[in-house]
Amino acid sequence: MSRTLVRALLRRLGGLLLVMFFVATTVFAIVHVIPGDPAAVMLGPSASAADVIALRTRLGLDAPLLEQYVRFLWDVLHGDLGQSLFLNQSVTQALASRAGVTLQLTLMAAALAAGIGVPLGVYSAVRRGGVLDQAVTTLAMTSASLPSFWIGLTLIAFFSVRLHWFPVAGYGTPEVGLAEHLRSLVLPAIAVGLPNMALVLRFTRSAMLEVLHEDYVRTARAKGLSPAAVVMKHAFRNAQTAVLTVLGITVASLIGGTIVTETVFGLPGVGNLIVSAVLRRDYPVIDGALLVISAIYVLINLTVDLLYLALDPRLRG
Amino acid sequence: MSPLRRLLTRPLSVASLLMLILVVAGGLCAPWLAPFDPQRMDIMHRLLPPSSLHWLGTDDFGRDELSRTLFGARLSVLAGILVVLVSTVCGTVLGLLAGSVRRLDDLLMRFADALMAFPDILLAIALMAALGPSLLDVVLALGTVYTPRVARLVRGAVLVLRRQTFVEAAEALGASDSRIVLVHVLPNLVSPLLVQGTFVFAAAVLTEAALSFLGAGIPPPTPSWGNMIAGAQQYIDRAMWLIFAPGLAILLTVLALQILGDALRDALDPRLRRLT
Repeated sequence: MSRTLVRALLRRLGGLLLVMFFVATTVFAIVHVIPGDPAAVMLGPSASAADVIALRTRLGLDAPLLEQYVRFLWDVLHGDLGQSLFLNQSVTQALASRAGVTLQLTLMAAALAAGIGVPLGVYSAVRRGGVLDQAVTTLAMTSASLPSFWIGLTLIAFFSVRLHWFPVAGYGTPEVGLAEHLRSLVLPAIAVGLPNMALVLRFTRSAMLEVLHEDYVRTARAKGLSPAAVVMKHAFRNAQTAVLTVLGITVASLIGGTIVTETVFGLPGVGNLIVSAVLRRDYPVIDGALLVISAIYVLINLTVDLLYLALDPRLRG
Repeated sequence: MSPLRRLLTRPLSVASLLMLILVVAGGLCAPWLAPFDPQRMDIMHRLLPPSSLHWLGTDDFGRDELSRTLFGARLSVLAGILVVLVSTVCGTVLGLLAGSVRRLDDLLMRFADALMAFPDILLAIALMAALGPSLLDVVLALGTVYTPRVARLVRGAVLVLRRQTFVEAAEALGASDSRIVLVHVLPNLVSPLLVQGTFVFAAAVLTEAALSFLGAGIPPPTPSWGNMIAGAQQYIDRAMWLIFAPGLAILLTVLALQILGDALRDALDPRLRRLT
């Protein structure tokens, strides 16, 4: 590796740490922008004054703001995300016990989005203006305009209520049987995957269109290469970085879609945990989830940056 | 051809413009258009299928679905427009600062990166948990979510514009920094901001619907498309149609905005047209 590359990587890591510091600061700020006393807000109007004071002490809210902030950062650095106010669990335990479902759902949706979005995007760019291109772009535009929770409910209405192909809601744990388990994840994965597939498709299509206009593609065609070789070896390889970028961006919207869709299907994942934490104002859980999810997002985008280097020799300098 | 003319020669963009006008007019005129009071309950006539009296049926409280969908348009459109205004104003100010004051650039952009590291809906519900359930809070939360996108766009555009000959010429003539930004840079930001505003509008309508669906947005009984779908969820086996009216309303509004955004971008920037 060249020295410039190492320097670029170090700069990227430095920027990443700064971003994570800002993420933590934002998370801290969110609880402290609550007008009035956060402890009173968390406990609701029926709480007694003694309970409010007890919670204030427990959360350390009576300390000066700066001290609270430093302690918060210190705890986060040590992997301590605090205790949930309602669940008899630490935030780390609560997140860990629900991560499996969410991870599975996100991966299935990602596989759907990339597995269908990329090939269809390439195809519709190559056959630009054709019937299939028009059908595919219309479908992509439509599914990008639909909320994933609505897609989920519509899928339930047809495939579960009408046709009884899938369970209406609920989660089949892997212990119950692999078939049941997968059956309970198919519709949610489609609901989350569809809008993201649309996103991937549109980006792939426009990245391919851009590349297909290049001179080297014309040269490849002119020297008599088969259309498949031109598309795969010359065009797609150059569109790869753009496709990778969109896959990185999609992660955020995949996680977002998962959060909402878990509620629709009653899946016991992180999304369900977050939504019930928001409704109960369980701030330690909200904070912890925000931190962990944004850290995952930042790390995935770092991976994407590293993959650029693997895919594009020009960047290795 | 002027950009507006170019926009209006495309049937698809004209159709989406009309669709949008229809939604806005439907929302604005909801009190006169709606056949019933959207909050009037009628327990004797609950979960009725679409009929000549109730065109879109009635919900679990016997409220008229059509009236509620029209009033929901009012809320979605209002929320969307306000979010666009908030994020455009804040994003432009921050983007101009980042693009023109070197010392602030890195700091502001890393902060924008941090805000963009949260999925939209996650940041929005966390902010809603801190703020409280009202239209103003929804606008504040979504405004915060979408400001970094606008700020990044503006910053990028400022950096490009500052290297253009006409800006360099103004600098050479001794124009002050603020004059360059306000007179030479800002007017050139109108087109990208218009396009971005359309996309932010679409995203805001979707995220507001998700917030209300999850119970963290506009609280019932005020009808919003999101909370209507949430209410219909438990009757999906008996009254499937209840999810379709608000869902279709979201689809048509967001679709119209996306198509319009694409068309605006093409019309305002002819160089991009070959790529679509």
